[in-house]
Amino acid sequence: MFRGSSVWLAGLVAAIALAAGGCGSGSNAVSSSTSRGAGFPVSLHGAGGVTVIAKAPRRIVSLSPTSTEDLFAIGAGSQVVAVDDESDYPTNAPRTKLSGFQPNVEAIAGYRPDLVVISDESPASLAPALRKLGIPVLVNPAARSLGEAYTEIEQLGLATGRHEQARHLVRRMKSQIAASVRSVHGWGRGLGVYDEISQEYYAAASGTVVGQLFALFGLRDIADRAPDPQGLGYPQLSAEYVVAANPDIVLLNDTVCCGQSAASVARRPGWSKMTAVRKHTIVALNEDVASRWGPRTPNLAAEVARAVKSAHAAGL
Amino acid sequence: MTAGPQTASASAPSPAVPAGSAGEGRSARLGVGLRLRWGLLGATALTASLVAGLAIGPASLSVGAILADVASRLPGLHVGHRLDPLDAAVLWQIRAPRVVLGAIVGGTLASAGAGYQAVFRNPLAEPYLLGVAAGAGLGATAEIVYGPPGARSLLIAAAFLGALLAVAAAYALGRSLSGRDVSTLILAGIAVSLFLTAVQTFLLQQHTQSTTAVYSWLLGSLNSSGWSEVLLVIPYVAFSLAVLVAHRRVLDVLRLGDEEAEALGVNVARVRLAVVLAATLGTAAVVAVSGLIGFVGVVLPHAVRLLIGASYRVIIPLAAAFGASFLVLADVVARTALSPAEVPVGVMTAFIGAPCFALVLRATSSEAL
Repeated sequence: MFRGSSVWLAGLVAAIALAAGGCGSGSNAVSSSTSRGAGFPVSLHGAGGVTVIAKAPRRIVSLSPTSTEDLFAIGAGSQVVAVDDESDYPTNAPRTKLSGFQPNVEAIAGYRPDLVVISDESPASLAPALRKLGIPVLVNPAARSLGEAYTEIEQLGLATGRHEQARHLVRRMKSQIAASVRSVHGWGRGLGVYDEISQEYYAAASGTVVGQLFALFGLRDIADRAPDPQGLGYPQLSAEYVVAANPDIVLLNDTVCCGQSAASVARRPGWSKMTAVRKHTIVALNEDVASRWGPRTPNLAAEVARAVKSAHAAGL
Repeated sequence: MTAGPQTASASAPSPAVPAGSAGEGRSARLGVGLRLRWGLLGATALTASLVAGLAIGPASLSVGAILADVASRLPGLHVGHRLDPLDAAVLWQIRAPRVVLGAIVGGTLASAGAGYQAVFRNPLAEPYLLGVAAGAGLGATAEIVYGPPGARSLLIAAAFLGALLAVAAAYALGRSLSGRDVSTLILAGIAVSLFLTAVQTFLLQQHTQSTTAVYSWLLGSLNSSGWSEVLLVIPYVAFSLAVLVAHRRVLDVLRLGDEEAEALGVNVARVRLAVVLAATLGTAAVVAVSGLIGFVGVVLPHAVRLLIGASYRVIIPLAAAFGASFLVLADVVARTALSPAEVPVGVMTAFIGAPCFALVLRATSSEAL
């Protein structure tokens, strides 16, 4: 019986390590480029060391859904030959069975890529294995701030010879987010917000990128009262705390995965008495948009603005 | 088995047991007064933990306000005043069912563990022994991966069915191998568990986006429970406890060994099947709503045995009472230690329980195991 238990325990420990590594170990992606304009070769100083790209890549493999969105948004989509199984946007991306979590080096090499873009959710052994085959690898860790997200987009621009488009995209994202913030006339100041990541009451605190968006709107994140020693930014809250904190705005990030909606959360124990349920200030987000810090992040800011407006209209 | 060196806590209130008496353990000869006293202690511990569970939590409700609210709800009395609707919802729709479910889960795991230890005559037996954990884990994972999103009642049903099927498979395998040998059955349970765990791990690796949901369930939590879960498990748990309590005397006879028990007229195979079935049914039901909560099922019965005596007549009901109190208190810590963040209650049970058990072990004879 202890054998059985220890197998379980080992599984749990492995999964926790995986989750912690996946969420927490984003290293300093901020890197500089020594390129001369969009000219090649470029050498990029990223999280995975220096990447030298001899000429404009024509066979890119992306194993990161965020990078896939970035690549297509900067006009490099035609240079992409394969993306991983989780890269579901844009829909015309050449989605394959390749996995970023359990990558198969042979299968990746089979696409004869001249650049592979991965996130830090892939195993640390992947980049060295690909480089050993002479394939340039760019590691784009999960961004921990909007600034990091912008840097990664510009870096992909340099790597693909689309630097001008990348800079244009970043400028557009910044101005769209600023417009969303302006559109609420400061109504968000001091409103409490609960950003639900999963039905088990995991929530985004203000150290996360979405939390930084909240700060732009002046919102007060109820998850910030939870101690977060690892700095992961996604504490699991007590059910009764969420109800007692009575946030003015509830954002749901578990809609596609887990079928949550304003109607379904209203049926949870105790929720019918909450302000957000009574005043209809619950906004269901598309969690793919809300978890990828890329070209669709301005849409998220627009959704937050919508929530703030509905709270304002409800007299909150 | 000798009673071993008597400790102050175990022997002081025990006029009926001469110190150092040999024989089949202290409690076999527990006087009525002593049993009453332990019964009272169990009831007191349970009541105290339920009150503590209701009074303490991350939402700041004062004890006075809670008492006033309770008083205002008593029929006939016109005292006290209601909490405002939000606080009342927090207290009665979130905290109260969580406390009650904690008591039910803890009591079921501990009494089922005692039953398993009795029929397998193995101090390390726990209610997850024959594959309940692995079966429920596979059932829950399969539902999360393939089922419609967010269907909690379906998740509970899948975990419950998985647990029962796993134990049925272990039982069938154990019997087909070599008759009625107890260790064969345990090995069959381990084989089934390992196989199902492998399938579950494979499913999870193919569907990494489900990792959070699956592991939140596996780590054990009472966080998202309401009264519906309480109502759901009560029939199974009541049946399980009733069968265990009804068999408590026969379980004492079983301690002598299979052949001796047969000679005394006990149908060992039937008793074993009935107890395993009942304990499994109760465990599967609580695992389905709470996930895997370790420690309670294997160690709580031993703590009761060490403190009070080796007779299952007292171990079964007291393990239920103390298991319930223990899990309620562990859950209070789980939801307040890092308040308003949660610590998985399965982590808390071992974290608090292991040192407590070490103290009990030190204070009593190791032979009593």
